[in-house]
Amino acid sequence: MRRTLTAALATLWLVAGAYAQQAGIQTLKVQGNVYLLTGAGGNVVVQVGEQGVLVVDTGLEHTADQVLTAIRKLSDKPVQFILNTHFHSDHTGGNDTIRKAGATYTGANVTGNIKDAATGAQVFAQDNVMQRMSAPTGQQAAAPFGDWPTETYLAGRKQMFFNGEPVEMIHQPAAHTDGDSLVMFRRSDVIVAGDLFLTTTYPFIDVDHGGSIQGELEALNNILDLAVAAHQDEGGTYIIPGHGRVCDKPEVLEYRDMVTIIRDRVQASIRKGMTLEQVKAAGLTRDYDPRYSAKTGPGNKDAFVEAVYKSLTKKK
Amino acid sequence: MTRGNRPGLFPLVAGLILSIPSLAQGPGGYNPPGQGVALSGNWGPVFHEDAHERGPGPELVNYLGLPINDAARNYALAWDPSRFTVPEHQCEVHIVGYIYRGPVNLRIWENRDPVTQKLISIGNYMDNYEQTRTIWMDDRPHPPESAPHTWMGFSTGKWEGNTLTVYTTHMKQGWIRRNGLRHSDQATLVEHFIRHGDHLVHMSVLTDPLTLTEPLVKTDDFNLRVQNGQTWLYPCEAVVEIVRPRGIVPSYQPGENPFTHEFSDLYKIPAEAALGGAETMYPEYQSKLKAAAASSGSGK
Repeated sequence: MRRTLTAALATLWLVAGAYAQQAGIQTLKVQGNVYLLTGAGGNVVVQVGEQGVLVVDTGLEHTADQVLTAIRKLSDKPVQFILNTHFHSDHTGGNDTIRKAGATYTGANVTGNIKDAATGAQVFAQDNVMQRMSAPTGQQAAAPFGDWPTETYLAGRKQMFFNGEPVEMIHQPAAHTDGDSLVMFRRSDVIVAGDLFLTTTYPFIDVDHGGSIQGELEALNNILDLAVAAHQDEGGTYIIPGHGRVCDKPEVLEYRDMVTIIRDRVQASIRKGMTLEQVKAAGLTRDYDPRYSAKTGPGNKDAFVEAVYKSLTKKK
Repeated sequence: MTRGNRPGLFPLVAGLILSIPSLAQGPGGYNPPGQGVALSGNWGPVFHEDAHERGPGPELVNYLGLPINDAARNYALAWDPSRFTVPEHQCEVHIVGYIYRGPVNLRIWENRDPVTQKLISIGNYMDNYEQTRTIWMDDRPHPPESAPHTWMGFSTGKWEGNTLTVYTTHMKQGWIRRNGLRHSDQATLVEHFIRHGDHLVHMSVLTDPLTLTEPLVKTDDFNLRVQNGQTWLYPCEAVVEIVRPRGIVPSYQPGENPFTHEFSDLYKIPAEAALGGAETMYPEYQSKLKAAAASSGSGK
């Protein structure tokens, strides 16, 4: 009986631990080896295990030290890999700080303990992320050198096996931007969606940096193909959005439905010959606005409709 | 019996009476009332309220008597029932604020600490979609905003006299009425479980700043079942019912729902009333409609 009580108390402690907070950054265990850190701008995802730490996105520059502190509470092993879902600074701004605090194998150049490696963690991203953050010699780069990826992949997917599970970066062309990756932890059964999926606002389709409604929808449908819900359509694969809370498949489904329905409405309006201003004035998103329209900025209803309109009318 | 025998009987009776308080405090004796009432048992639904909606299902564009806002109404008007044919939607569970309305067999039980017998949680199992729900009674906090939302949400309860009052957050979006009316994932739910003998009243108050202009209050009733039920499972397997290109989502374009007047025409009520809204919940609305009909000369 005492053992039962101890087990119950331990469970309570674990639940409490899962919700443990620290100043500004909140840590939530998702499942398996994967944790979500919120409060750093974009969501930061951390996978921990025997080999070390893998971080997906690093949040804003000014929160990087807090993120690092939160990571250290999960593991004292070296941060070996940073994976960026796309190039926006609310997801890559902490790259430099967290990279420098990490360490990894760098071929034959490392001797002794892994922590002796001076190069910091490796930063992986799809190649267009590097293109967006960097600039040719002599020109001003969009992001500081220290935030740039150290390794890129061109197309398809980048696979690795880390902390006892396959980890895949899967390129989603021309979606939120032109360099988006889904990150899938196959044993933990968690997909990190970056800004391809948000629970806070309408999608931000960065048309100026290669995004499109067609790619956005393709990416959402790809997430639905990858995710498998558990008993009675709940749980199973968890999906972490770029901003907002942890979801399962049915919630991505509703988001996909919403984006599809609005795309279809804008498409029908374009077929009727309506201009962008007419489409904006038509209130095509009014059933979803209370839930998804940001007051201003990229997640605002007008910005979203404009991005959809521009995507659909863009000359190929 | 003679008078002479009475002195011998009196001490026996007196002794029995005096022994009752000590029996009450001993093992297996009288159990003084604690907090709340026992809700444990198998409960069967009583369908005397809204039977048509709860059995075969509501008519399309029947939003009468629901305090919905424009966004919820427009969402429902765009909702094509063919969405049920999309495999990913076929097994969608009825959300916690709606599931008690269904043809649901309800089992309630207590989970108590084996050492202290303190009530940790009250469990609910509903055969409809095989949902298990935990109502935490140990004052634990609700999860942070970043935690997943579920069909049954996260519930904490407390006794208010003999009424179990439950507060639920972290719900997914789900049905207000299963003809396209949805509440959002920001909704919260307050419920009261009130037992009257073998009758259980379940009262729910749904609040949603994104789809409702006023709280939606409903009641459902259950009877205690002495006989064990046999319908406790609900297998659901999604299948392709209609072969479609990937990513198709059936919906009506704004203003093109073909069923907008079907319900109102069938029951000869104003189309405006069928579109619902808080006003349509109250008796005064009938007077308003009669006045409007009289002034227009229709008299309908």
